[in-house]
Amino acid sequence: MQHLPILPILLPLFAGLLLLLNRDGATRPRRIISLISTTLLVVIAIALVIQVSDDEIRYYALGDWQPPFGIILVLDRLSAMMVLLTSVLALGSVIYACAGEDEKGTNYHGLFQLQLMGINGAFLTGDLFNLFVFFEVLLIASYALLMHGGGKTRIHASFHYVALNLANSALFLLAVGTLYGATGTLNMADMAMRIDNLEPEQMELVKVGAMLLLVVFGLKAAMLPLYFWLPRAYAAAPAPVAALFAVMSKIGIYAIIRVYSLIFGDHAGPLGNLAQPWVWWLGLATLVLGTVGVLAARDLRAQVAYLIILSVGTLLAGIGMNSLAAQSALLYYLPHTTLLTGGLFLLVDSIAMQRGQAGARIVRARGVKEPVPLGLFFFIGAMGIAGMPPLSGAIGKMLLLQAASGPTQQALLWGVLLVSGLVAIVAMSRAGSTVFWRTTPRDETAVTNLGLWRGIAIGLLIGASPVLALFAGPVTEYTRATAEQLANHDGYIRAIIAPQKTGEAP
Amino acid sequence: MEALYATITGVLAACGLFLALRGRTFPVVVGLTLLSYAVNLFLFSTGGLNTDAAPVIDGHGGQYTDPLPQALVLTAIVIGFAMTAFSVILAIRVRGELGSDDVHAGRANESRENKS
Repeated sequence: MQHLPILPILLPLFAGLLLLLNRDGATRPRRIISLISTTLLVVIAIALVIQVSDDEIRYYALGDWQPPFGIILVLDRLSAMMVLLTSVLALGSVIYACAGEDEKGTNYHGLFQLQLMGINGAFLTGDLFNLFVFFEVLLIASYALLMHGGGKTRIHASFHYVALNLANSALFLLAVGTLYGATGTLNMADMAMRIDNLEPEQMELVKVGAMLLLVVFGLKAAMLPLYFWLPRAYAAAPAPVAALFAVMSKIGIYAIIRVYSLIFGDHAGPLGNLAQPWVWWLGLATLVLGTVGVLAARDLRAQVAYLIILSVGTLLAGIGMNSLAAQSALLYYLPHTTLLTGGLFLLVDSIAMQRGQAGARIVRARGVKEPVPLGLFFFIGAMGIAGMPPLSGAIGKMLLLQAASGPTQQALLWGVLLVSGLVAIVAMSRAGSTVFWRTTPRDETAVTNLGLWRGIAIGLLIGASPVLALFAGPVTEYTRATAEQLANHDGYIRAIIAPQKTGEAP
Repeated sequence: MEALYATITGVLAACGLFLALRGRTFPVVVGLTLLSYAVNLFLFSTGGLNTDAAPVIDGHGGQYTDPLPQALVLTAIVIGFAMTAFSVILAIRVRGELGSDDVHAGRANESRENKS
């Protein structure tokens, strides 16, 4: 089982290449390959999670070049969890796409698998430059996926998205170059070790590099001054792609957690906890503006996009609190919100298909053909994302609220988070009642049915909320242990650098 | 040499940034390209600038340049090249579909659609 950590990268790569071979052929074989690959990915991810449950941090040295010289993949609790989350979300998205979305272009599934490869690689890598490379892999796949199906709004939104991300990549390289110049290494564990004893003049350089990285990850995660691209791009994307994009903003969150707890954590002296105060305030501000956006959105897709910003704000505030309890709470909240917003994107697309010209706009229009399943899914999704008990959103928010320490932090977080929850309920119930109840007589002839595939996909992602609530015990235990593992940065460095053991290399 | 190198990198980056903030797609693409050139030069310099040094280790314990930034630059060039090619194609598509190379063209249409 020593080769397990590389499989989440190799499997989508080979599946993607296989899908390239017969691009113009029938859709069916491509769907089968894509479904098999994604299902296998879920199995592998579960195996990874089981493997890391013994609290050991493993690394996989590519080409047997031992760290800190070679490129390594690191498998710990956090990365295993993120890979599992991605694969479940991807499975829902692929199943949904098989209902017909993939026929609008010849290479939907191939690009989708390549994007999965990039996402998994970003979660598993233990090397800062490699993180950049995997970012680019997932970005270039996402550029193409965003344009899937074509159309004016889509192409226009993607030009903005591409231009912003190219500028962001340039910044990423500047940050990585600065950090390499000052510390002389790119391996994250090695860098964390060297950060303790730097010359004073290098200290400033490292600080610049670290803050530049925060900007880069902040744009990925859609942190406040850098989130304006997200609602347009996500609302324009085809539904299954938008669902997968729900995890892309979480890559930014993951990178912030990883870099600022491992490299710039408590141990780093004057550079320690560099980002947390910024992230705390910007997270709260993101939360406030996301709330306003949810209320102001006139289109269901834009509303779900703003719900993503809402969740990003919540997660950032959790990172900003910088405590074990907050870390563990936000790691519970993260899968909940990712799966649910992904599911909502799919659901909104199904609703829009049955409303004729009105589409996803929140206006009085034709009623949907199948109000019962769609309405039920919408109800569960809305309640879950707004944080109503007994679903997982309530548990996640409660854990976060409990984690706030000190009167200022409590007052701010309780106030902002609870009001945003209330506003989300108001906005979602207004949208729901407009779409499902304020209707003109429906036209039974020309609508698309929900169908089995779409139903399964939406059920899988939205059903994750009750499941996460049901198994809140084991899940919070896991996230608690994850937070502890993240806090123990000496353990991380020892597992990778200090004893020059032969490792688990091939 | 350091001063010259730094100035060139800075001027390239400034020009790139200026062009990237223009309102038409073509200058934006050229600007992003210039920005990536500046970044490549910057990355190259992160290992320190040496003259007359061996490219990798010379085996006699003499002075040698850091080979890693060169590898990084190579990767960055390849990726940057692909991205530039993609954004050129995308800019042409935007021009073709929207009938304008203004970066805000689509947004103006969009608000008209919403009003009607």
